[in-house]
Amino acid sequence: MAPLQFNVDFIRKPGQGHSLKRRDHHRPAISRKALLKLCLSAVLLLVTLFLVLPVASLLLKVSPGVFLQSLRDPVVMDALSLSLATSAVTTITVILFGTPVAYVNARFHYPGKEIIDSFIDLPVIMPPAVAGIALLMAFGRMGVLGQHLNALGFNVAFTTLAVIIAQIFVSAPFFMRQARTSFEDVDRIYECAARTLGATDTYTFFHVTLPIAQNGLISGAIMTFARSLGEFGATIMFAGNFQGRTQTMPLAIYTAMQWDLDVSLCLALILVAFSFLVIALVRIFMSRMKEHA
Amino acid sequence: MLEVKIRTRLREFELDVSLQASQGEILMLVGENGCGKTTILNAVAGLFTPDWGKIVLDGRVLFDSEEGINLRPEERRLGYVFQSYALFPHMSVYDNVAFGLKTRGSWKQGMTHVAKEQLEAFGIWEIRKEKISRISGGQKQRVALARALVTEPELLLLDEPLAALDLRRQASMRNELRERVRACGVPSVMVTHSPLDVSCIGDRICLVDRGRVVLQGSARKMDQWGAHPIFGGPDSGPMDESTPPGVSPGNRRSSI
Repeated sequence: MAPLQFNVDFIRKPGQGHSLKRRDHHRPAISRKALLKLCLSAVLLLVTLFLVLPVASLLLKVSPGVFLQSLRDPVVMDALSLSLATSAVTTITVILFGTPVAYVNARFHYPGKEIIDSFIDLPVIMPPAVAGIALLMAFGRMGVLGQHLNALGFNVAFTTLAVIIAQIFVSAPFFMRQARTSFEDVDRIYECAARTLGATDTYTFFHVTLPIAQNGLISGAIMTFARSLGEFGATIMFAGNFQGRTQTMPLAIYTAMQWDLDVSLCLALILVAFSFLVIALVRIFMSRMKEHA
Repeated sequence: MLEVKIRTRLREFELDVSLQASQGEILMLVGENGCGKTTILNAVAGLFTPDWGKIVLDGRVLFDSEEGINLRPEERRLGYVFQSYALFPHMSVYDNVAFGLKTRGSWKQGMTHVAKEQLEAFGIWEIRKEKISRISGGQKQRVALARALVTEPELLLLDEPLAALDLRRQASMRNELRERVRACGVPSVMVTHSPLDVSCIGDRICLVDRGRVVLQGSARKMDQWGAHPIFGGPDSGPMDESTPPGVSPGNRRSSI
């Protein structure tokens, strides 16, 4: 971080006392600009400390030995493998279904588009616990669709599938919003050029539109993966908290807090590391996207 | 031979034009910004569908509103050089030029040498691995033209192909462009604002004003049109940029 520079005009230099004295009549001892910079620096420092302190505390509270020992705990391993597996399935599903939807919304107008757009964005602002209840009401044993599925012998709630559904519901908007923006940013003239060069619609999409938009799509997918990894509220409401089946890392942190803080801290550190990795990757892909633009 | 007769409602006026370009002829479309020149090119290319009309290329109907015929752009077999060149930013120079060969499914049949010949003919073989963002404006123009011509199109459309270049580069590329367009021997339609382009490159000129063809004739007789505002009026803009005051557009030709 580059240090802030302060205006030091108000400091008197030897031999300049007389002339400065006269200016002092019209000017306060510390100039207003310097005071403003000082206040801004203090606020910046305070905010940085506020953000860094909790993360640093996590690192300080866990010794490497305890961390490695906790890693071997079955709760940690189960939660880690379940979280990674479900988040990966979620991300792939969101990419497969979200990409065409984002493309259609970016390129075409159709009746009710605004309403569908609002529903796509809704889970971002909806509290996760509300999302969990909503999913339970839809797919639960007595839910609107769930009761029919249950009659067919297919139960969704409180299974690993429920974890994936909860993650998809909550994290899909992160990909779809980014994907839509990326497709909108692709100048249509490239698609026109491809068509005049003999490319069909499909060929143009896969060889021109998609590659130009790909950095935005990748960063959206990374955000979706990260959001899935950290999903808590909807999962605990809709899928429950069963080790090895529905207990993802955030749920395991919450559970372990009550009997073994070390396990909880170990899982928390892994999530922090993933978060840093996600931020780094998103920044790399976003800067590549800007280069393309 | 290209025959275009189209009518369509645009935002501020109705575009109603009738144009012809014979084999090997370069037809220059001239007019002020927003008069409908690029819309005509897009209609011929199939990127824009007019309300009414007929477009025929060498007896092949590309568009006929009455018969319900509207060939897709990829079926029209034409080359289009866009004003901004529209070179694919994620591809190398080589991949840009070879794109048209790959889309036609002829890549597997040993088309690599066709792409190589084209790159060498346009003097861009040395930069074949470069990304588009790393080459100069003149090189981009060559890549765009090489890409449009590599598939041996039956019609060539050029939308202000020199507009993205600085004045010095324009002068050198103008002659090159003329030679290359003439060499392909197909009907060509070129949109321009510059009388230098008209007199240096064109065979015939078509002056478009608010969607209508107001003047049409030989590019060599362009100096007779000096009374029209677009050639001598205060809005002539780029026409005067490299010509001393008092020199008519027709006289400029001798100095090229």
